Amino acid sequence: MKEAPPETVDMAPVHTHADKPGVAVKPNAIIQFEGVTKRFGKVVAVDNVNLQVQEGEFFALLGPSGCGKTTLLRMLAGFDTPTEGRILIDGKDIAHLPPNKRPVNMVFQSYAVFPHMSVEDNVAYGLKMDRVPEAERKTRAAEALELVKLGGFGARMPDQLSGGQRQRVALARALVKRPRVLLLDEPLSALDAKLRDQMRSELTQLQEKVGIITFMMVTHDQDEALATATRCAVMNRGVLAQVATPADLYEFPNSRFVADFIGSVNLFEGVLTVDEPDHAVVQAPEIDGQVYLDHGVTGAKGAAVWLALRPEKIEMHKRPEGVAALKMEDAPEGANVIAGVIKDIVYLGSEDYVRSGDRGRTPHQDVPLQSHALRPRRLYVG
Amino acid sequence: MAAEKKAPPGPLEYLRRWPLQAWIFAVLAFLYLPLIILMAFSFNTSRRNIVWEGFTFKWYEKALSNDSLIQAFVNSLTIAFICTILSVILGALAAVLLWRFRFPGKTPLEGAMALPIVVPEICMGVAMLVFFARVFPWPTGMPWPLNLGAITIAHVSFSFPFVATVVRARLASFNRELEEAAKDLGAGEWRTFMDVLVPHMQPGLVAGALLAFTLSLDDFVITFFTAGPDTITFPVKVYSMLRFSVTPEVNAASTILIVVTVALTAIGLQMQGLQGEKKP
Repeated sequence: MKEAPPETVDMAPVHTHADKPGVAVKPNAIIQFEGVTKRFGKVVAVDNVNLQVQEGEFFALLGPSGCGKTTLLRMLAGFDTPTEGRILIDGKDIAHLPPNKRPVNMVFQSYAVFPHMSVEDNVAYGLKMDRVPEAERKTRAAEALELVKLGGFGARMPDQLSGGQRQRVALARALVKRPRVLLLDEPLSALDAKLRDQMRSELTQLQEKVGIITFMMVTHDQDEALATATRCAVMNRGVLAQVATPADLYEFPNSRFVADFIGSVNLFEGVLTVDEPDHAVVQAPEIDGQVYLDHGVTGAKGAAVWLALRPEKIEMHKRPEGVAALKMEDAPEGANVIAGVIKDIVYLGSEDYVRSGDRGRTPHQDVPLQSHALRPRRLYVG
Repeated sequence: MAAEKKAPPGPLEYLRRWPLQAWIFAVLAFLYLPLIILMAFSFNTSRRNIVWEGFTFKWYEKALSNDSLIQAFVNSLTIAFICTILSVILGALAAVLLWRFRFPGKTPLEGAMALPIVVPEICMGVAMLVFFARVFPWPTGMPWPLNLGAITIAHVSFSFPFVATVVRARLASFNRELEEAAKDLGAGEWRTFMDVLVPHMQPGLVAGALLAFTLSLDDFVITFFTAGPDTITFPVKVYSMLRFSVTPEVNAASTILIVVTVALTAIGLQMQGLQGEKKP
């Protein structure tokens, strides 16, 4: 079995959304969190968060449930106030403004479409609160509905709409006010899988259409975040674990938590034995060998580290009869090789996982290893 | 042949069995027969409510020309009307308070609110009598309708907990995100309350209003203890008339009251239905 170092992109990289066309990211921070802490009683929901979001970004807050991402969003919307710190939008501290005085609008997880108002009244509600004249309200509401592909639905009542349509109403209702920032709280979690994929791409298209509005989305679904966002923040227990583009999050996670949380990954414990600026070697007892990395590691020599190996970066080769197993030392330059025996193959539709029982250090200990290496590489182009 | 075995009777088929039919008949008979007889004998020529002699409207004429009866009737409707408005406002606000906020003494307050529902009416009546006689004497000789104040206060105090209970049950199904959405879109506290919370509470408000109206209209015990000589309500008046003799005049007046309450209830329910179906 041949093992490529995690950084070698010898197979098609999965996510390359770092530079999406059409989204103008200007280098001026529209949202700034400065030392924001939120405590509920003794529970620290958000712990000293410092974060800047640029104008025009599609920013995703990603993390497991209870990590504080929703609290962060709610503080931006004004439903929670920070215990400490400042929140600035366009340089103005808004941490203690009521929700109705902020230049942000939100799409709620339950959509929160007003059930007793028609679609048009729902969309126009925010404009009515702003005392926009009725004629302008009507045209802008119609435009917003057109934008979310609900033109002609204005007279319907919300209970005559499907879940996906109700979400579009919520989107139109928030966008019609032309906010500086659009907040999305788990926007796709209540949709079924197929609709979710469709809405995901529509969301990115929508942002390109509306142009200057910054999107900030909260999600626990990493696929959603990686596919839609231009930049992500991964949160864990109230702390920002890493803020980076989706590609960087995937390729260069800065912690075991991020590596484990984003995508599937094989994690091995190891000890750093060589650490040069351009390469490093980790001794990993679990896979019985030394692993060569073509980048330096910021850590002291001899430090305990985690080795993260993405499943799609593993190649598998059958060992010919009578030939001794390749040793790590015999591997071609820049590659890592370990020997193993396939114990089990799990078929998972689009992603096949090979659970190969790697030979562990002790003969009876199997180390499970996820890999896509047995996936037939055929393309059907119709 | 096993397939043709008689299927066990479905839930509605049990109605074909005579014991159940008899039961239903008895229930309906005891529920509605007295009312029908009361209404029928209001058109009877005979003074006695026993034998049918002929059709007449004279008892209605008599009832309508009986000034003190009309006054009692108007009093009852006025009290019920004011009581309904006050009970709905108070009850709805109490429900929102108990639903929305946590504060010290919330549980005792909830218990205290339920008391008027549980405490026997006769005790409430005596308590009101003592209260208005000693602690808070309502000034006598006030012009109408201010002289009805004591009775109205008493009625509100026992009917608003019913409204609060109904509205609170309704609030349990409210999605708090709706409120946040309204605020997010620029509505202040008051607009949020009126635009989002009140529409949601509306079925509860209508049900509570109907409840308060009928509770107030037909209350006898508590009213009996709080009414003065110049503030007689319809139930109290009927009771006093019955002490002399049961005349078809009472039947006629009761029939009018039944028609009025049924009509008002129907209108209320109709309005609620229209609100629910206000869709293209």
